[in-house]
Amino acid sequence: MEPAVAIRDLAKDHAGEKALRGISIDVPNPCLFGIIGADGAGKSTLMNILATLTDPDSGSVRELGRDAAREFASIREDIGYMPQRFSLYQDLSVEENLDFFADIFGISGKDKTDRMDHLLGFAGLKPFKGRRAGQLSGGMKQKLALACTLVHHPKLLLLDEPTVGVDPVARRDFWTMLKSLRAEGITLMVSTPYMDEAALCDSLVLLHEGGILAEGTPAQLLAAYPYRLYRVEAAPDAAVSTLNYPGDKPPPPGFVLIYPSGGTLHAAEAPGGEAPLAGEAPVAGGRTQGPSGDPVQRLRVAVPEAYSATLIQPSLEDCFFALLSGKMVMKPKSAPGALPAGTGS
Amino acid sequence: MEYSIRTERLSKRFGSFTAVDHIDLAVAKGEIFGFLGANGAGKTTAIRMLCGLLVPTSGTGYVAGFDILKESEKIRTRIGYMSQKFSLYPDLSVDQNLRLYGRLYGLGKKDLEGRIREMAAFLGLDPLLKRVTGSLPWGWQQRLSLACANLHRPEILFLDEPTGSVDPVSRRNFWDLIHRLSSQGTTIFITSHYMDEVEYCHRLSIMIEGRIAAMGTPRDLKRESGCASIHELFLKLVESKSAQAGA
Repeated sequence: MEPAVAIRDLAKDHAGEKALRGISIDVPNPCLFGIIGADGAGKSTLMNILATLTDPDSGSVRELGRDAAREFASIREDIGYMPQRFSLYQDLSVEENLDFFADIFGISGKDKTDRMDHLLGFAGLKPFKGRRAGQLSGGMKQKLALACTLVHHPKLLLLDEPTVGVDPVARRDFWTMLKSLRAEGITLMVSTPYMDEAALCDSLVLLHEGGILAEGTPAQLLAAYPYRLYRVEAAPDAAVSTLNYPGDKPPPPGFVLIYPSGGTLHAAEAPGGEAPLAGEAPVAGGRTQGPSGDPVQRLRVAVPEAYSATLIQPSLEDCFFALLSGKMVMKPKSAPGALPAGTGS
Repeated sequence: MEYSIRTERLSKRFGSFTAVDHIDLAVAKGEIFGFLGANGAGKTTAIRMLCGLLVPTSGTGYVAGFDILKESEKIRTRIGYMSQKFSLYPDLSVDQNLRLYGRLYGLGKKDLEGRIREMAAFLGLDPLLKRVTGSLPWGWQQRLSLACANLHRPEILFLDEPTGSVDPVSRRNFWDLIHRLSSQGTTIFITSHYMDEVEYCHRLSIMIEGRIAAMGTPRDLKRESGCASIHELFLKLVESKSAQAGA
């Protein structure tokens, strides 16, 4: 089956810099596909090209079986695009905004009434349909924006950081909506700075400096994490309960990475000593001995407040830190030509 | 204890709607205080009152030792404010933005030059001073916003969702800066929707529909509620409220 989106050797310069350096991606149909990466990695440039708003400098894009350079008009009828700053009409009501977008896409009569009714229910906005968009909370605005991008039954949705500025409860509701769209057979490409959201995707690509640093399912990324990872905590009765570790301070001897995470520190230790680690699954939740004695002792050299070190499973955020700092390598599935240049730094 | 922010029964009503409902805050000098809440809970209204931009309906408040009702002009010179929507001028260079904000905050020419050098070094902006602001990645624009808000050596920094849309590595670097500012004595009053990073705050409050539903150190809040994380506590508080509203 043809992928929903097939990207080949896509390159684009932006403001004199290489925003995309020849990347290739296949997005299956259907799929909830996540695009993650640091600021300036090329996420929005990619989204703009997929939305047929920008032409690439080189390379090709096929969306829904059609060539993006030649058949952009027909592609636009079948995609929904929600940019970072989606323009809702603040002075129009929820219902009027939907009505407006339906008109733009030429949907009318009973078709329109049915569709609007369905989308208001889907977005949980029925009780608020008379409220002006400008008066909605941040979470409800994003749900309305999503409803507006769905009005013409798109088969492919492009969402550029849709949950930025949205509180945790509304964010969870929003992702429940994305999951149910995926279950209806729609393909979604979503960029996000939240690694807990990335974990909800079927498949992911990590962009870095315009290239692909890693790709795969969340499970594949987690399985490729090469270190023993400890959660380091202060004593329960310590004066200061949160541990910090300055980013410019080198990790303690034997450790590869150490950084704060939710009030604790995460410390990654290179496999070494007598303990073979290949294929060995860390035991979550149990306080264990490291490869050569107590990890707390080894950590205290640099973190005197360290009280306990618990071996934990890495999260995608841990993978993100390891990949971006060059301490973890995942071979991209794409052709060697798609390897980003200059990512070794 | 020296307090940077103190409020008693601070309230704001808009017509029949109570946006901020009798909040009591006491934030110590040098403290990193997380001010959390769902969208529309009243956080921004509260911050606007503390910054002297909005007159409370009732209650009292002192910021940097000045009365928010009568001395808002004095407060404004002693605080720095930064938000995700902070207005940097995208067509100006980094250097020009710093200069503009320094002058707006009333720094003299000589002082300004020294402060720009200091802040640029502190935030690692040195190599970027001549770059056009709009061409910088988001994370760097956020840093520049922080530099602009901090040029006049404010006693208190109000940071309204400073890390929205920022990737995990840049967020971590940003929090490094927050800790350094706090250890130098700057009080940090910060809002965020990232429940993992708010655990780095010394203390935090969770606002639900205009009221403060929980306040304390992250450790005490978790211990008292039996929740494993602040994320879990946040969901629990917001949901118990909406369950009541639905009943």
